Amino acid sequence: MTNPDTTQEILTTADGVPLKVSLKRALRRKKRNSLLLVAPLFLFILLTFLLPITDMLLRSVDNKIVPDLLPRTAPLLAGWDETGQELPGEDIYHAMVEDINEGAATKTILRLGRRLNFERAGMSSVFRKTARKVKGLQQPDSYQAEMLKIDQHWGDINIWRLIKRESGAFTKSHFLSAIDRQTNDDGTIGPKPEYKQIYIKLFGRTLALSLLITVLTILLGYPISYLLATLPTKTSNLLIILVLLPFWTSLLVRTSAWIALLQKEGVINDLLVAVGLIANDHRLAMIHNQIGTVVAMTHILLPFMVLPLFSVMKTIPPSYMRAARSLGATRFTAFVRIYVPNSIPGIGAGAILVFIMAIGYYITPELVGGTSGTFISNMIAYHIQGSLNWGLGAALGTLLLLLVLALYILYDKIVGIDNLKLG
Amino acid sequence: MNKVMKLMLIAMVMIAFSAGITLAKTELVIVSWGGAYTASQQKAYHDPYMKLHPDIQIINDDSAGSGAAKLRAQVEAGNVTWDLLDALASDAIALCDEGLIEEIDHDKMLAAAPDGTPASKDFGDLIASPCFIPEIVYSIAFAYRKDKFDTPPTTLADVFDLKKFPGKRALEKKPVANLEWALIADGVDPAKVYDVLGTPEGIDRAFKKLGTIKDSVIWWSKGAQPPQLLADGEVTIASAYNGRHFNAIVAEKQPIEMLWDWQHLDLDGWVVPKGAPHKKEIMEYLKFATDTQRLADQAKFISYGPARISSAPLVGKHAEFGIDMKPHMPTAPENMKHVILKDHVWWGDHEVELTERFNAWLTK
Repeated sequence: MTNPDTTQEILTTADGVPLKVSLKRALRRKKRNSLLLVAPLFLFILLTFLLPITDMLLRSVDNKIVPDLLPRTAPLLAGWDETGQELPGEDIYHAMVEDINEGAATKTILRLGRRLNFERAGMSSVFRKTARKVKGLQQPDSYQAEMLKIDQHWGDINIWRLIKRESGAFTKSHFLSAIDRQTNDDGTIGPKPEYKQIYIKLFGRTLALSLLITVLTILLGYPISYLLATLPTKTSNLLIILVLLPFWTSLLVRTSAWIALLQKEGVINDLLVAVGLIANDHRLAMIHNQIGTVVAMTHILLPFMVLPLFSVMKTIPPSYMRAARSLGATRFTAFVRIYVPNSIPGIGAGAILVFIMAIGYYITPELVGGTSGTFISNMIAYHIQGSLNWGLGAALGTLLLLLVLALYILYDKIVGIDNLKLG
Repeated sequence: MNKVMKLMLIAMVMIAFSAGITLAKTELVIVSWGGAYTASQQKAYHDPYMKLHPDIQIINDDSAGSGAAKLRAQVEAGNVTWDLLDALASDAIALCDEGLIEEIDHDKMLAAAPDGTPASKDFGDLIASPCFIPEIVYSIAFAYRKDKFDTPPTTLADVFDLKKFPGKRALEKKPVANLEWALIADGVDPAKVYDVLGTPEGIDRAFKKLGTIKDSVIWWSKGAQPPQLLADGEVTIASAYNGRHFNAIVAEKQPIEMLWDWQHLDLDGWVVPKGAPHKKEIMEYLKFATDTQRLADQAKFISYGPARISSAPLVGKHAEFGIDMKPHMPTAPENMKHVILKDHVWWGDHEVELTERFNAWLTK
């Protein structure tokens, strides 16, 4: 008997191509087609999302402006010993005069002043003043003496230390600032003075309040979703509209509505006074503080909890509960041991949605948070729009992103990300 | 075949024609603050200008609130879509330092006063930066609820006196103005406010004085908030842009009264972005929109003082309410008895540092 394996010919398709090759080709074509189908989306995400974000994140360490605008001074400073008590030599002062002169001609030198002003208040003025007057210097005996005459700050060794420290193409100062630290004049890294520390505190508060808001949305959203999922479709559809209704109202309107409700002379306080629960001069402070932020944001984010919960609960067959009951479980036991575990994917999806949205909120905390209810995003917004210190804004944003990623990984470890369902 | 050719020819002519229509009008994008402010510019500047120049269409963009950041992004991306930006003097200084806006030759590019005084003299000290064309003088000033006090507050010190004038205060969530006020209320010679504020002890002193009312302050960040807080009775005294107070008092007839003592004067004006798409046209427009009569006209619609000296006598009645606008100007002599002129250069140096400290102080 011959072995069928050895005698069998290679299988071919009708046109004589080996089946294996033909199959491979078909698969490759399919793969290419599907890649082509995804390509527009991929390109879109790359161009409008990944590239801008990377660009913004890189700004947190970018410091090219200093070496670019001090092409002569920066290399010379590398050879100056900043740990001593000696001011830089005449050659460095000369280089600085030439750099400032050139920067004044191209009208770029004041940008350098603004960059260094983020590190040390007053540098803007030093550069503005010097740029105005330095033009007249024609081969003086001592550049150092002339610069000191223009602005005595040039005799302050700490300013030269600062310029030397920041003369590289990259800086760590923004990240240090973002965690309330600074480089001291002697070159060591230490905490900022106590009266300037703010960012760590805000990071902590943002996390704590976002967590609280997430828990509150679960507590409030769970019963609503349960009700929606168990009611007949006709009624539940109507109620779903009520849940969605706030989505169709502007965020600012919803926030302002909470101001009208919660403020001292607001509806709730008026009611409480009218019923006699509180005295007129002891009205409750429920807004312009943490309570305001938590209440308003819980309300605004509630739909993001209800919708995934509802769609997951819809898929839990009622027969599960009936089976549990018939096997002797009480209503409560059946609910806790059968229903809740089945709804966990919904809780997980809702919690992640709400938490990540909460952590980046800023307009609502700004309006109702007072001083104790503002978030880290409020500081990011200030540095992007107000102070124009995009470096620090980017550093804070990067830290926030890393924080969210870390929490996401933690979540994956504890709950498991495949345990997540949006419906 | 001939028919198809004919159709195509017609189509091409139509496309060319419709393109011609859109080309005929030059669209100038002017960025301002929106609301009543943009409306006043529309009536005083844009509408008359478009009437004189039918080929110009002015498009309003209300994003001046984040104008500096957006402009910087546009310039960096090399895609400037704005022709003109309305900016505070402090932002104009920063943008000029960053090289994001054009320097202006005020005498050459802008109209002289009717009596021939060159523009640079007519604007005087208000030209805070070589890139800045002043438009209005506004102030952050106090106002109070008339019905909440038997004897009304009359001085800045009264704002800090919680015993005699109970109730909450509304202050802007910024160190600017608040620190100056704290020092003056604490007895510092008003002429030396910025000298004192330049020392670490001076800053401590200002924060200490602010600390005496800190628990009774609601901090606002949007211009619309303080008049609302006053109207709702949430606070009894509030600082706000004087035009906002004016609107609450005159248009909404709220029981609110101005307290002009030590109002904090600031400037707002035009800046031209580097790489503005229609530079020639916008300079034409600016020559018209910042002349003596136009600046005076704006005061018919909003209670901010025109930045030209020559405009002051031309300020007339409010277009809608018919009241004389002169006493409502921050620059009216009776309101100018005690004023702080914001030192833009000083704040340019210290705003970042003090805002950081101010925010840290708030969270304590």
